[in-house]
Amino acid sequence: MAKRAILEVSEGQAEVALRAFLKQLLDNNVVEALLVPQVVEGGKNVAQGLVTAGDSLDRADPLAPVMPVNSARIVSAMTKKSPPSRKMAIVLRPCELRALVELVKLKQASLENIVTIGVDCFGTYSMNKYAEKAASSSSATQEFLNKASEGNGDADLRMVCQICEYPVPLTSDLTIGLVGLDANKGILVEANTPAGEEALEKLGLGGGDELAQKREAAVSRLLADRRKKAEEFLEQTRKEVSGLDKLVSIFSTCITCHNCRTACPICYCKECFFDSPTFEMEADKYLRQADKRGAIKMPTDTLLFHITRMNHMGVSCVGCGSCEEACPNDIPVAKLFRLVGADLQKLFEYVPGRSLDDELPLTTFREEELTQVVED
Amino acid sequence: MAEEYEPKIVGFMCQWCTGTAADMAGTARMQYPPNIRPIRVMCSGTVDPVYVLRAYLDGADGILIGGCHPGDCHYVSGNYKARRKIAILKSVLNTLGLEDDRVMARWISAGEGKKYADTVTEFTKEIKEKGPNPIGEVRSI
Repeated sequence: MAKRAILEVSEGQAEVALRAFLKQLLDNNVVEALLVPQVVEGGKNVAQGLVTAGDSLDRADPLAPVMPVNSARIVSAMTKKSPPSRKMAIVLRPCELRALVELVKLKQASLENIVTIGVDCFGTYSMNKYAEKAASSSSATQEFLNKASEGNGDADLRMVCQICEYPVPLTSDLTIGLVGLDANKGILVEANTPAGEEALEKLGLGGGDELAQKREAAVSRLLADRRKKAEEFLEQTRKEVSGLDKLVSIFSTCITCHNCRTACPICYCKECFFDSPTFEMEADKYLRQADKRGAIKMPTDTLLFHITRMNHMGVSCVGCGSCEEACPNDIPVAKLFRLVGADLQKLFEYVPGRSLDDELPLTTFREEELTQVVED
Repeated sequence: MAEEYEPKIVGFMCQWCTGTAADMAGTARMQYPPNIRPIRVMCSGTVDPVYVLRAYLDGADGILIGGCHPGDCHYVSGNYKARRKIAILKSVLNTLGLEDDRVMARWISAGEGKKYADTVTEFTKEIKEKGPNPIGEVRSI
C-alpha cells in the first residue's frame, strides 16, 4: 500500500497541482464529492465549497491563508442528521479537523463515508487583511507560501495562528505536507490511515520518502518553536487579563451579541442556556438586580455569559480564534478562552481533537481523582 | 452607616445526603451561623456551574456545594461528575484571577449533621475574614 506520494508542481503553482490531485480523486471515483476551499466570485475571500463535479474545481485554493468559518461547523451542519450517501473528501486545516473530532465525540457530526484531508497550516490572516492582500497581489497564496518557507514569521498572521501548537493534522486520512518543503517544487501527500493508503493506491501515486523525512524533522522544529511561543504568549496574557478589574474592562465593550458563540465550532447547543426562558426576565426582576448595586449596565449578565461558556466548552477549545474574528468590537476573546482552555486541558491532560478515542473530560470520571477540589 | 459585613453564603446541597444532614443538624438544634441560604438539589451532579456563577456574580460572598461521598451517590455517579465540574469551575475562576476559594465543596453524608454544622461554621468564618465579594460592587457585570 502506498504510504505517501509527491505531487509535481510546475511553474510554482502549488494550487494547480492540488486541484489536479483533488480532480483525480473525483475522476477515479475515490470519492464522489469534495469539500474544499474555493476562491469566491470577486476574489475577496476563499470559502469552503461543496463540489460534486470535477470540472468545478477550477477555483479550489486550499492553501489560501484565510479561514472565514471553522469548517467543523460546516461538516457538522451537513452530517448531524445523517451521513452522506456519497463518499466525500473534506479538506481541512488542523484546527478545523480537531474541532470536528470534538464534535464527532459530542455526537454533533459524523465521519462516516468521509475521507479527511488535513493540510499543514502556516496560519491565516483575518478576512479583511486577506482581502487587502488579495487585492494588491496576483496571488496572495503564493506570496504567503513564499513568506512561510522563508521561516521568519509573519506579523500579519492572526495571533492565535502564530502561537498554534498543532499546525499539522493529527487524525486525517491524508495529509497535504508543506512544512519544511518547497511547495513551488513539490507537495507531499502522506497517508495516515488505511483509507488514506487506499486512496493513493487507487490513484497510482507514490514516492516522497525523502521528502517525508525532511518534513518530519521540520515539523519537530516547528512544534518546539510554537510550544515556546505559546507558553510565552499565554503567560503574558495571564498578566493582562487576570483580576476582576481587568476582566471587567476587557468585557466593557461587549454587547452580548453572542457572535463569538455562534462562530465557535464547539458551541453546538440548539438552545443555548442564555437564549432560554430563564433570561426572559420581567422588568421587576431587572429592577431588583439594579437594586443590589444601585445601577447595572444593560444589557446585563455579560460576564456570566462568557464565564459560563468557558466552563461549558473550555475543555474542547481548539484555539481556532473564530470567536475573536466574529466579535464586532474586537474583544480579545480568543486569547482569553485559549488561556482558560489551556489551563483546563492541562488539568485533565487532554488535547482536544487529538483522537476519537480520547474521552471528553466532562463525560467521564475516575473514582480517585481531584482530591484537592472537594474536601472529604 | 457602618453596617457590619455579614457574608451571604449560598448552599447547593443534594437532597439525599447533605440536605438530610442539614435537616439532621436542625432537628438536633445544632447551632451554626444563619448566613447560609440553602438550596436543595436532587444531586450534586445537577449543579451546573452557571448556578454557582450566577450566585457569585450576583455578589454572593461564598458558595458551598454539598454532596454524597464518592461511591455513595444516590444516582451512582452524579457526585463524580460534580467533582469534575467543580474542578473546571475553580480552574476557570483561578485563570481569570477571581477568588476561587469563595467556592467550596464538601462531601457530607446524611448522618453527618455535625459535619454540616461545622462546615457551615468554618466556611462562614473564612468568608467573613475574606471580606465581601468585590464583584458585588461592579455595575458592568
